[in-house]
Amino acid sequence: MFFALIESFRSALASIYAHGLRSFLTTLGIVIGVASVIAVISVTQGMSSFIGDTFASLGSNSLTIQSYTPIADQMKGIRARLTPEDMELIERRSDNIASITPILYATRSSQIKYGSQTSFSQIMGTTYAYQEVSQSYMSVGRFIAQSDDATRRRVVVIGDAVRENLSLPDNPLNEYVEIGGEWFKIVGLMKPKGDIMGFSQDDIVFVPYNTMRSLQGNQARTDIQIQLSLSGTAVVENVVQQLTSLLRNAHDLDSDEDDDFQIQTAEQLMETFDTVINMVTIVIGGIVSISLLVGGIGIMNIMLVSVTERTREIGICKAIGAKRHHILMQFLIEALLLSLLGGLIGLAIGYGLGTLISNGIPGFPPASIPLWSVALALGFSGFVGVLFGILPAAKAANLDPIDALRYE
Amino acid sequence: MALIELSGITKYYEMGNQVVKALDGIDIEVLENDYLAFIGSSGSGKSTMLNILGCLDKPTKGQYHLNNKNVEGMDPNELSEIRNLEIGFIFQSFNLLPRATALGNVMQPLVYRGIGYRKRKEMAMEALSRVSLGDRTDHLPNQLSGGQRQRVAIARALVTNPSILLADEPTGNLDSQTTVEIMQLFDELHAEGHTLIIVTHEDEIAHHCHRVVEMKDGKIFTDSKTESASAFASAKVSS
Repeated sequence: MFFALIESFRSALASIYAHGLRSFLTTLGIVIGVASVIAVISVTQGMSSFIGDTFASLGSNSLTIQSYTPIADQMKGIRARLTPEDMELIERRSDNIASITPILYATRSSQIKYGSQTSFSQIMGTTYAYQEVSQSYMSVGRFIAQSDDATRRRVVVIGDAVRENLSLPDNPLNEYVEIGGEWFKIVGLMKPKGDIMGFSQDDIVFVPYNTMRSLQGNQARTDIQIQLSLSGTAVVENVVQQLTSLLRNAHDLDSDEDDDFQIQTAEQLMETFDTVINMVTIVIGGIVSISLLVGGIGIMNIMLVSVTERTREIGICKAIGAKRHHILMQFLIEALLLSLLGGLIGLAIGYGLGTLISNGIPGFPPASIPLWSVALALGFSGFVGVLFGILPAAKAANLDPIDALRYE
Repeated sequence: MALIELSGITKYYEMGNQVVKALDGIDIEVLENDYLAFIGSSGSGKSTMLNILGCLDKPTKGQYHLNNKNVEGMDPNELSEIRNLEIGFIFQSFNLLPRATALGNVMQPLVYRGIGYRKRKEMAMEALSRVSLGDRTDHLPNQLSGGQRQRVAIARALVTNPSILLADEPTGNLDSQTTVEIMQLFDELHAEGHTLIIVTHEDEIAHHCHRVVEMKDGKIFTDSKTESASAFASAKVSS
């Protein structure tokens, strides 16, 4: 059996080589199919691993707590809130926290002006601790200081995208911008962080937390977000549990009521992104796989032609002693080799294409090909080869030697 | 015990609603080292005869013993094996594999016997030397002359060391000079102890053989032994 296999490989290679151009055109369908599958996978997987890295840099031990109101309650006008008191409570009662900071989003307007330029950015009120929690770095100047917060100073730290949008100078320190009718002095510029899935992380403006609170008026309805990072030894799950019971107590929730807040870990966010990306990979990959099927039909077609063309040869082989399985194997292996060859070429082209795409589009993460996609592409093209090779091979193997010898 | 024993072999073809009797009750024995020619006009059944002798075709009725094996009732794979072990074919149109070299062609039947590459090559080289083509082993069939191609085919038939050599109009596509060479080769093979069965319509070829069976309408018409063959051949070559 093994012997027959080797001999079939030998003759299949000889035959593929003898019809070089035809073999190439036959396998082109597989090449294109595999190349597109690999290109798609390499780009999306590159994105996925990039996002993984990004979240890792956010700190996998950081948590975000925010209020959560089910839609049914929202329609009744009920809004859950997370208050500054909640944060104080957490700060007092939990000892696993390395640093904690509130974030207050601007509710009235996210407009920011400089001269005649206007930009709409994410405006956040926060404290000095945010820098540590989010692991962000300064490009020039400083972040919000404790004294800024205490004295409700009108200072602002901006992201790089904001600087660009407002046509601020490269060093925007000591320039004044207008937010909600008030003037703020720029004291710092953040280092660019880049995009996640096309959303800029640099289109962002920080003001001191207390400054933001005083600007917002109605203190009773303040709804903040809390970001905290855990000390090195803390187990994320345990802290999440602890915080949950702490907040449930504070909010007087009965045991049958749902949480009116959400605790998100960086990991959870990452998983969400990963799920989305994997869905995209599967859907696009599935659509592109259809071209592999078409490629397989191309191989079957040519193999059928080849069987007809070589009818006489098959007759000769049978006359000098070839058994059914010799002929079957020869054509099956030829089909298999053709499509595997296509798979390999497609793999190379797909990788090149993926790299080209990620390098060609600015801000795109580098392509990466996981081993499973290589195995999948080769496995699938091999499967296609066998699947579509069986019919022609069986046709060849079942030829009657006399008829085959007489065939002109 | 005869090498080949046919008894009551008939072969019917159905053409529309007409039944054609290609062979109609053939009884014949071929002994070891026989040198036999089937002659007859076209349609006499001699090609069908060859196909059945070569286990390419099955008779409608009758018994065929080849080298003490009963060929009746064998499936296609078993017939393939018999052809590989017992029979060496030599065809009018050579029937070489066009994309294989002379050596590759001669090696091919050994592939189906499961013989490894080295051993195969050795045996094929030997067979090619036997037909004086030891220096043409790497040529493709279309780079060889007709006579050389037929020699390759003979080497392919010889390499398996079969019980019988079956030749179907072996010189039909060759010029007279090459014909003489090929027939000389056949004479030599016969002298070496091979059993040869040749189907032909040329009397010259038939007269080389030591036994001539004439067929007519699917039946054996005459079966005669000749002795003058060798003298005839040498006379022709020296002229």
